[in-house]
Amino acid sequence: MNARGRTDPKPHYLLALAAQERWSRYEIAFWLALIAVYFLFPDNLMLAAQILITGLFAVSLDLILGYAGIVTLGHAAFFGLGAYTAGLLTTVGYTEPVLGLLAAGAVAGAFGYLTSFLVLRGRDMSRLMITLGLGLLLHELANEATNLTGGVDGLQGMVAGRVLGLFDFDLYGKTAYFYVLTVCFLIFAVVRALMTAPYGLSLRSIRENPQRAVAIGIPIRARLTNIYTFAAVIAGISGALLTQTTQFVALDVFSFERSADLLIILLVGGTATLYGGFIGAAVFLLAQNWLSTLNAQYWLFWLGILLIVTTRYMRSGVLGGLKNLSHLATRRRHGSRA
Amino acid sequence: MKPMLQTTDLCKSFGGLKVTQSVNLSLEAGARHALIGPNGAGKTTLINQLTGVLRPSSGAIWLDGEDITALPPYKRARRGLARTFQINSLFPHLTPLEAVTAVICEREQGNLSLLDRRFFKLTRRRKEIDEAHALLERLNLADDCQRQTRELAYGKQRLLEMALALALRPKVLLLDEPAAGVPEGESDELLAVLAELPQEISILLIEHDMSLVFRFAQRITVLVSGAELVSGTPAEIAGDPRVQEVYLGKHHD
Ligand SMILES: Nc1ncnc2c1ncn2[C@@H]1O[C@H](COP(=O)(O)OP(=O)(O)OP(=O)(O)O)[C@@H](O)[C@H]1O
Ligand SMILES: [Mg+2]
Repeated sequence: MNARGRTDPKPHYLLALAAQERWSRYEIAFWLALIAVYFLFPDNLMLAAQILITGLFAVSLDLILGYAGIVTLGHAAFFGLGAYTAGLLTTVGYTEPVLGLLAAGAVAGAFGYLTSFLVLRGRDMSRLMITLGLGLLLHELANEATNLTGGVDGLQGMVAGRVLGLFDFDLYGKTAYFYVLTVCFLIFAVVRALMTAPYGLSLRSIRENPQRAVAIGIPIRARLTNIYTFAAVIAGISGALLTQTTQFVALDVFSFERSADLLIILLVGGTATLYGGFIGAAVFLLAQNWLSTLNAQYWLFWLGILLIVTTRYMRSGVLGGLKNLSHLATRRRHGSRA
Repeated sequence: MKPMLQTTDLCKSFGGLKVTQSVNLSLEAGARHALIGPNGAGKTTLINQLTGVLRPSSGAIWLDGEDITALPPYKRARRGLARTFQINSLFPHLTPLEAVTAVICEREQGNLSLLDRRFFKLTRRRKEIDEAHALLERLNLADDCQRQTRELAYGKQRLLEMALALALRPKVLLLDEPAAGVPEGESDELLAVLAELPQEISILLIEHDMSLVFRFAQRITVLVSGAELVSGTPAEIAGDPRVQEVYLGKHHD
């Protein structure tokens, strides 16, 4: 287990901690599988890209809900701001997508930072109401400013630029998929590093017990403001990715359904698991895609069942359920050792 | 000698209820000071003001010569004012090792770079983790240091309460009934830990168990209805008729 050539063997308590941090083979398989999708499903790359974007959006919710314990019903506000920032930027001549991502992240992050002081003040119920209120507010503003946003018809005059001035978006979504996958991976790697660093441990402490977290010297307010802002940046980037890959942005990016669906996605996938967002997005969008082709009403029916089953029987979502299964399996194999 | 922790005319009321009445407490460096009093006397409320969880109605709190009355709780902790809780206040899903490491990393945050704090793996904080493990070992928690806190026996959780406070390397330690709820047969571990706390820490101990108080304390303050009834050496307190009156016929558990 030790790195070769180390003179001092690592103590056992360090090994267990290190095992949690290491990229597991499941994680590596996960990202390789996403590359394989490109070759295996060339006709479904747009859907695959959408799943990744929604997954990234859910990861940003996971940062504040799963890791920091802040409930929100208005996460679409950041997504929408990012989506429109990216769209509007191309209408004034800045068409390069990566630039659009940065701008979207900056705008959403600024809004997140400013509103964090409102949101973080209260307790759960007031947080729900304030985030819901902020979401509705932005939705209505975008609705009023139709000549800026294009309302339900969508933003007019958008232009598709080449990624880094090199790669054109194509009809099949090949460029789109690789672009989204790359961005998702890079951001995910940063998120993962944050959560396995002392910073992530302090967030978990705050979620577990704020009273004690303060008593051991953690500046709760500052740390929550910080993660809330960071989550807003990622949500904004997700929104921008959707605009850029679909070449379209309309009012629904701000919709309440988007915030609510996202919550479902994360809960179904599993909170505070890093991958729960992506898994949830895949389950949700594939199920929606498949079931709604059978019968449109069925979708909501099955969604209801899915929600009840995952929250009732899989406490920590699909990922938690899978983990439990694999624990069971290994226990079987090694014989039951209490 | 200037006191390590001091309150001057500290007052606090909840509406009409006066829970702290002009309390003047003073702990020297290395003090072993006990705070006793009947249930509802205002002992925990006093601690909550010292640590900044509650704002006093009037009066001031001094730590190591500086007025900390207006300082937020986390800054007081960073300056070396640590506490334990009467009712366990732990991190149920963290392991003791993670929890204590979190305290130490927070304490050392001034010495760590942004990258260390945010982007490098926790296990690169080898020094902090080793320190956490050594502390847990000292408190007989080494065997349980990798289990989730919620799975630990109650007595072990009481010890972890102490470990989290000690990990701050406090100048002043406020212990709110550390033995509360621990059955008599299992309290030896805890008593041994209390006896071996570093000499230089000033300790304020709240405790109902008088045998423990008289063994531990060099000075005792008796609090009744939020006001200081009397302060003195254990011998003085034991012989004081007012104290006997307060405790006469009372059950203290
Ligand atoms: N937040 C609050 N609001 C109103 N009254 C309070 C509040 N907190 C405590 N009190 C009251 O203040 C008084 C002192 O309570 P406190 O918990 O400090 O007592 P204590 O000395 O620690 O008692 P015990 O030995 O039972 O722990 C009690 O009468 C309690 O009901
Ligand atoms: Mg009390």
